[in-house]
Amino acid sequence: MNNLSLYILPAMILYILTIGIFKKVPIYEEFTEGAKDGFKVAISIIPYLVAIIVGISMLRACGAIEILTNICGDFFNKVQVPVDIIPIMITRSLSGSAVLGLLSDIVSQYGPESFTAKLAAIMVGSSETTFYVLSVYFGSVGIKKFRYAILTGIIADITGIVLAILAARLFFPASIL
Amino acid sequence: MNYIFFILIAGSLIIAVFNGNIENVTNAMFEACSTSVKVAFSLIGIMAFWLGIVRIAEKAGLVKLIAKLIKPITSVLFKDIKKDSQATGDIALSLSANALGLSNAATPIGIKVMKELQEDNPNKDTATDSMCMFLGMNTAGFQIIPATVIGILAASGAANPTDIVLPTLIVTTLSFITAIIAALILKKIWRKYE
Repeated sequence: MNNLSLYILPAMILYILTIGIFKKVPIYEEFTEGAKDGFKVAISIIPYLVAIIVGISMLRACGAIEILTNICGDFFNKVQVPVDIIPIMITRSLSGSAVLGLLSDIVSQYGPESFTAKLAAIMVGSSETTFYVLSVYFGSVGIKKFRYAILTGIIADITGIVLAILAARLFFPASIL
Repeated sequence: MNYIFFILIAGSLIIAVFNGNIENVTNAMFEACSTSVKVAFSLIGIMAFWLGIVRIAEKAGLVKLIAKLIKPITSVLFKDIKKDSQATGDIALSLSANALGLSNAATPIGIKVMKELQEDNPNKDTATDSMCMFLGMNTAGFQIIPATVIGILAASGAANPTDIVLPTLIVTTLSFITAIIAALILKKIWRKYE
């Protein structure tokens, strides 16, 4: 499985280039023509990147996640979900690199065979940085009114969290303490 | 988004004052500014590369081919896309890049989709139904193989690091479907109140 994902990318690029050559597409010219937009697009999203990355870093630095973890702790104990999962639940929609850091911490703290680690892995594996995607994608085309896009993203995120807990229980019942 | 931005920044500052770690938050604020520019700069090369590759795929007719394959689905979910729009094929490409875990390809192609959808948008500052649907699908995080997560588990000596693949796939598939249904329902609700 691991190896498979390693080969998908090169296989895809090879496939596209081969078909291109085969169909007599001037692949070098077309590549550089397409690549020209890279600079413009990357620069045009800087304002939106700054806004969302600054906001999220401040949220993580101010200790709000720890406060929330303390407040929700009792509830999570009651429904038998490890309390240490809460930071992952919140961060998975905010920052991809931060959530991978949290996952590494949990795996090294509890061991890869623990229920906490399995649940964390499923939760991270099924995550997407919702707010980053929304601000960058909408920002790149100058959309200011997001309408129901944020709500749709939040619904998908909450569904993902609940399903991850259910799936972890279903697949790894032996590791629940 | 105005409220989210306010809550993120103002909320963090207020909590930081109560927590007594205002210095950390101010530092994080300025650090994040340069991080975002670094992210954008590293995106320049990646974006250029993928936009180049996608352009070859377009010229070779591959994008049209994929577009044709997924047309029956997209014509239902993306009703306001014009028939001759490039967007259909690029939506398929973007979702496949996500599904395959090629996240650095997904962003440039996703932005390309947004630009194509924006061309047919009568109100340039307001999201269309297709945009909301596309972003809903994107934020559900559908992924076939969570390679990075498997990597972390494997590095820590897990007996069978791939045993999370199936449950993860089930979770992402169901949240992907949920996002689609949510977008379809919210579209109707929003219409009523707009």
